[in-house]
Amino acid sequence: MFTWPNLLSQLFNGLALGALLALISSGLTIIYGTLGVLNLAHGAMFMLGGYAGYVAYQATDSFIVAVLAGTLFLLVVGVVIERLIIRHFYDRPHEDQLLVTFGLSICFVEIVRFFFSSLSVNVPAPAIFSGITQLGVMAYPTYRLAVVGIVAVALLALYLMLYRTRLGMIVRAGIEDPVMVDSLGINVFRVFMVVFGIGSMAAGFAGIVNAPVVSLTPDVGEAILVQTFVVVVIGGVGSFPGAVLGGLIAGEIISITSMINPGYAYVMLFAAMTLVLLVRPHGLLGTRGRE
Amino acid sequence: MSSSLRFRAELLTALGLLAAPFVLPHLGFAPNTVNRILVWGLFGIGFDILFGYTGLLSFGQSALYGTGGFVAAYLLTRAGFPHVVLALIIGTIAAAAVGYLVGLIALRRTGIYFAMITVAIAEVFYFVEFNPLAEWTGGENGLPGVPTPSLYLGFTTVHFTSGWALYPFLAFCYFIGIVLALRIVRSPVGAVLSAIRENPLRAAAVGHNIHGYKLAAFVIAAAYAGLAGGLLGVMQAFMPPEAFTFDTSGQLVMQTAIGGRGTLFGPLVGAAVWLYLQDFLQATLNLGAAWKLVLGLIFVLLVCFLRQGIIGGFQDLYRLTIGRKPAPAEPVEPTEAAPLAPDAPRPAPMPPRRRAPEGFRGPILQASGLTKHYGGLAANSDINFTVQRGELRGIIGPNGAGKSTFFKMLTCEVPPTAGRIVFEGHDITGKTVTDVCQLGLTKSYQVNQLFNRLTVRQNLTIAALAELRGKFRLDMLGSMSKIRGLDEQVEHTLALVNLADRPDTPVSQLAYGEKRRLEVGLALASSPSLLLLDEPLAGMSPRERVETVKLLKSISQGRTMIIIDHDMDSLFELAERITVLQEGRVLAEGTPQEIKGNTKVQEAYLGGVHGVLGQ
Repeated sequence: MFTWPNLLSQLFNGLALGALLALISSGLTIIYGTLGVLNLAHGAMFMLGGYAGYVAYQATDSFIVAVLAGTLFLLVVGVVIERLIIRHFYDRPHEDQLLVTFGLSICFVEIVRFFFSSLSVNVPAPAIFSGITQLGVMAYPTYRLAVVGIVAVALLALYLMLYRTRLGMIVRAGIEDPVMVDSLGINVFRVFMVVFGIGSMAAGFAGIVNAPVVSLTPDVGEAILVQTFVVVVIGGVGSFPGAVLGGLIAGEIISITSMINPGYAYVMLFAAMTLVLLVRPHGLLGTRGRE
Repeated sequence: MSSSLRFRAELLTALGLLAAPFVLPHLGFAPNTVNRILVWGLFGIGFDILFGYTGLLSFGQSALYGTGGFVAAYLLTRAGFPHVVLALIIGTIAAAAVGYLVGLIALRRTGIYFAMITVAIAEVFYFVEFNPLAEWTGGENGLPGVPTPSLYLGFTTVHFTSGWALYPFLAFCYFIGIVLALRIVRSPVGAVLSAIRENPLRAAAVGHNIHGYKLAAFVIAAAYAGLAGGLLGVMQAFMPPEAFTFDTSGQLVMQTAIGGRGTLFGPLVGAAVWLYLQDFLQATLNLGAAWKLVLGLIFVLLVCFLRQGIIGGFQDLYRLTIGRKPAPAEPVEPTEAAPLAPDAPRPAPMPPRRRAPEGFRGPILQASGLTKHYGGLAANSDINFTVQRGELRGIIGPNGAGKSTFFKMLTCEVPPTAGRIVFEGHDITGKTVTDVCQLGLTKSYQVNQLFNRLTVRQNLTIAALAELRGKFRLDMLGSMSKIRGLDEQVEHTLALVNLADRPDTPVSQLAYGEKRRLEVGLALASSPSLLLLDEPLAGMSPRERVETVKLLKSISQGRTMIIIDHDMDSLFELAERITVLQEGRVLAEGTPQEIKGNTKVQEAYLGGVHGVLGQ
């Protein structure tokens, strides 16, 4: 239903969802850009972050601990998976990489289903962010406002990591030309492991931050993964600014369409993706490069 | 292949399908499980043509499965359409048509982009089914009451209801599906599809419209998906909305990978393993919902360790047990052990096909003002270059002179920043590499671009097919043996590049010199009237060079060639005229003698040490 306050609150919803998508997509896109592996388990990792945080919250009643647990758990999962499995797939065709990460996503989802069943669980928002904030003409859930801020800080941290550190320089160089980075004598394997860990961590962090907004189920990552793909296609694979821009565009499209008719949210998202593919096949901020 | 073996796969399938109802119940397969295996197997045949043969991994097949299923189910339930088989056919056509549209979008990109786009498209279909189209599709309730087919035989009517009574109908559909698929993969279209999987760049460069063929593969896969979706509704007497979920696409991908991709039967085997284990883990071991975790782990292990799936594993096992080693890992270079009989008569080269407009008498190639900038870097600046018909032109120049960029512009692999290229009177500036090859201009690459998992003969066949069939033709039910002149052309090229003794060796097992000759052979097999060779002698041993120079001499008869190489002795011996490039410009042009005496050239190469080239 269309009213001005309604539109405003949907714009905010879009911003919150968009920021979240931007963060998850950044993780996906720096992994792909650096390692050349499209991680189909990225959505499942988002879900794992939520559940890891949920377990920590149950044990400690502290939201901060939950966020730390969800983030660090996924860092560990990312590093372990990279060492044990992904590493052996760098030289194999893209299709095999897709197959194995898809298999991993099934395993993650089913492990969680085994321990927590398919019923949804909830992580409440921390007390300081609970309730409603009055923003001029509209009332808006405080936690959702906080999500925008929290995710913006995380994106900033990722930005600083990518553009202000030595590791970030290597990662960006690797996205441009992985062979050259290798031949410069940089231990790419260690960089790959760290990048996979950081990318997974971004998904895990997003998973636990998002947990108070929607209830958690083992399938929560699947829809996110699809939206992430659209974000990456719109923004351009391997581009961090592209992921942020694409995330915000996708978030707003979903929110505003949902206000008019939720059934068409995906149709509009898809229409936007098709438009980008027709006009700029490499994405809004993508460059010709890896395919 | 002898005719008795030719239909072996079809015959074995027929026997297997006939025997299944008598054997499978003893192995613990319920009749409904067998029927579901057939539907998944049929769904997977099309997917395997797309993934296993063409190399396009789609995670969005559910969109087409659902489309075919819901169109057929809608006709049979709400629309009151009485004829089951006809409804299934209409559903199949609808899915193929939708597949065409989806393919137009998804195939704008390849690789991981293609996978991501198909996922996104399938998700759209899922939501459209649930919401905007819920009035037609029943939304989350699906469409119940789908009837089963019956067959009127004159004296009695056979009703294919459910369980083993439905099995003959499904088995018949599967059989038709596999027979058609076997024809497709053995057809010229099938050969081009596997070329696209192996090396899309080269498949386009030898003159195939790869986008058209990929779209064809996508539509074929869509048709199979549509038929399978329709059969799902018939089998369950209910069309479930879950057909549209990502799980459906994922399960199809996993079953195909488990069974073995690129085999056509892989999806059937994978479905049998999947559904059998699902029943077994749930019912016998009481694992409940954990069955999918077990299957997920099995899948990950299979992808890690058994790359070609169960069928591929059995093939390897079979080779091991009968003691036939899968061919030596170390490539053997026969020409080193037994050099060519030096006086053996070389076969005359295939005459280049004359494609020029009637009465055309001008130079075969004329480039004017050709310029290429990469950002601020000028790779080629204002090159004017003319080659007469029948000429053998050499191009030399120091590294970085822009020789390869120049060739790439001539073959239209990269568009020039400025300038114009005229080939046999056609202005080819801005055309695609495929069209230019079809006109009779092609190149052998500096770095080998071969179809690595195919044999030598298959490689040459793919190049010859482009000339004999044109850039796009959908003779997917046709036979290779019906193409006139194909065998002669392939045999001839084999002999010409001296690979006639190893036609059935996969490219990956060839020695470097042999690969290099095959590279030239790929360009030759399309009978070009102008052949460009980018460093054909690079990396060869002195003896191989002598052999290759002989080869180049013999194929230059009646053909125009331009050769880039650093081996100046060979090039001066071969070429009638030489063009020297330096820093992206033409430095000099003339006969080998003139070039040897040219002081500018000597300076460019030797920094002013005079007289060395003229020794």
